[in-house]
Amino acid sequence: MAPFNIVRAQAAKLKVGVLLPRSGVQGLIGQSCQKGADLAPGVLKALLGVDIALMNADTETNVDTARTRAERLIQEGAHCLVGPFDSGAAAAIAQVAEQRGVPFVINIAAAPQITEQGYKFVFRNFPVASELVKNGLALTDELFKATGTTARTAVFMHVNDTFGQANAKALAAILPQLNLPFKLLETISYDPAAKDLTVEVSKAKATRADLLLLVCRLNDAIALRREIVKQRWNIMGVISPGSPGMYENQFFQTLGKFSEGCISNVPWFDPKLALTQSVDAAFRKQNPKDQLRFHALNVGYTFEAILIVADAYKRAQSTDAKALTKAIRATEIKTRMMIGAPLKFNAKGQVEGNLSACIQNQGQKPVVVLPGDSAEAKPVFPWTEYQRA
Amino acid sequence: MPIDPVNLANVTISGILTGLVYGLMALGLSVIFGVARVVNFAHGEMMTMAMYMTVLLFGQLHINPFLVVIPVAVLFFFFGYLLQAKVIHPFITRPDHAQFMLLLAIAMIMTNALLIVFGPEARTVSLDSLLESLETGPLLVDRGKLYAALVAFSATLALFAFFRLTPTGTAIRACADNGLGAKVVGLNVKHLYAIAFGLGAACVAVAGCMMIMLIDLTPALGPTYTLLAFVIVIVGGLGSMNGALLAGVLIGLSEALAGLFIAPSAKSMVSFALLVLVLLFRPRGLLGDNL
Repeated sequence: MAPFNIVRAQAAKLKVGVLLPRSGVQGLIGQSCQKGADLAPGVLKALLGVDIALMNADTETNVDTARTRAERLIQEGAHCLVGPFDSGAAAAIAQVAEQRGVPFVINIAAAPQITEQGYKFVFRNFPVASELVKNGLALTDELFKATGTTARTAVFMHVNDTFGQANAKALAAILPQLNLPFKLLETISYDPAAKDLTVEVSKAKATRADLLLLVCRLNDAIALRREIVKQRWNIMGVISPGSPGMYENQFFQTLGKFSEGCISNVPWFDPKLALTQSVDAAFRKQNPKDQLRFHALNVGYTFEAILIVADAYKRAQSTDAKALTKAIRATEIKTRMMIGAPLKFNAKGQVEGNLSACIQNQGQKPVVVLPGDSAEAKPVFPWTEYQRA
Repeated sequence: MPIDPVNLANVTISGILTGLVYGLMALGLSVIFGVARVVNFAHGEMMTMAMYMTVLLFGQLHINPFLVVIPVAVLFFFFGYLLQAKVIHPFITRPDHAQFMLLLAIAMIMTNALLIVFGPEARTVSLDSLLESLETGPLLVDRGKLYAALVAFSATLALFAFFRLTPTGTAIRACADNGLGAKVVGLNVKHLYAIAFGLGAACVAVAGCMMIMLIDLTPALGPTYTLLAFVIVIVGGLGSMNGALLAGVLIGLSEALAGLFIAPSAKSMVSFALLVLVLLFRPRGLLGDNL
């Protein structure tokens, strides 16, 4: 077997298997992430001098399909895997990667248990649910202080998939510790694939809460916002402590003026960093009619996942799985585009120190309103349609 | 938390209105099965196609969805007629599994064609009027749902009137009651079967034009609504038009109330629980004939 190993290690390009949900319920978000993958080879060639070949696979927003596609990519010669946006799919692919001994770098997935299994080949550069929620709730408190307005009560709605349940569990554990000024009146879960959210919103409205805390996906975020309008639910605003949906391009395009004011406390890029600007230039070249800010989280973390494997490949000088994995484990990248600490994995394969920003929809686009250092505009709370008693 | 009576009333109204649209959708399946004895496994996919047509006409030509109902229904009538006459009719005498595979193949072709043409992203009809609600005292009625339910109910009445009051409708009922007898008395059974399929397709097309105002649209929507249509038709009684309408309202209402009293994620569970109860205790369905 030795001669074949040598041939493999001397491959000119690093073959990166990219697993994303490019169809199904999360199709739009997966396609957004794909933009980050597509621009990575060019940017990383200029930055690191490495050659990358992408092998793209669609998980179809289905866990079993994700598992099958991961197996197929490895069989077809992928040296490493990145993806897959969704926690359920990430857990399935992690098992495959561990069984086959192929490094897997998760771009976006928050369920904590993925990096609690003792896996040797699985790495994650994204905050776990508890970190997301803690950062998100802390930013909510900052928002109240910055605007001089406080919500006294809140209702929490969340999707009941792996991601949503992880967030719900984290919120239940963290909220009592943070001493926030509002009381949580009720928690309502719903199916992320549900088409009609009339009942869910009417239950939430019946609590008479001031504020809606929301952990959602994209399509359900749109349906929910519409229901809030239809049912004339008078709330101070909608805040996500860390979930996709309300900052996505489709949210603005579908809802128009009703997208204004929604807040997402999520990991985001730092627009002032040099790497962000390089990625932005490449993004504009590949997508002349689009803007990076509508894909900040998706593109940023997908790009960084490929940056990690490319950097490891450069140091390892090998595509051998064990050598690559060892190099990934020793990663320390200070030049990144997302807000947070340098990219460095702990013993569980998790990057610690990814931070969130408070992103508010203003002027039909997502803008950073907190923290103050990165802010592009002032936060508005309560939102303009709120009618005080 | 105790249930607010106003909230209960709002949710009940919403459930009934949604159920009327469900009823029309299932009515199409009931007509097709009741007359032609074809189990249309592509039913949800046909509705999805009608929804895309509505989105296209709204997006490209800015035609209000309420105005495209009739032309889309007419188009789907002819589509259904040709599908039955040219493709499905030869399979009527073949084993059931052959019919099942044919219609499943048609469903898959439709779904994947929509995926190729329109892509996976969700589409919708964005009309400001659909975000309004009518206020009656403390009650809030979703305007879009109300209008959709009224159109669905009107279409249902028109279909009932067709079957009761027109010679063609009477002939189709004769075919449904006794196909051989209908042939013996000189009725063109193949043509009447095709008309029935066309009417079923037109029903599901009208339901689709209304459904696009209630939910977002993706190519993969079809199977969910095919399954829902089957649940409604079985609960109501195979071949019973009154049963399909009643069951549609019942399912719409049960989904809404289950979400309110149990949990929003339990909506589908209650629909299937109802199906199981009907199969156990009244397998002919609520208004079906004895088996």
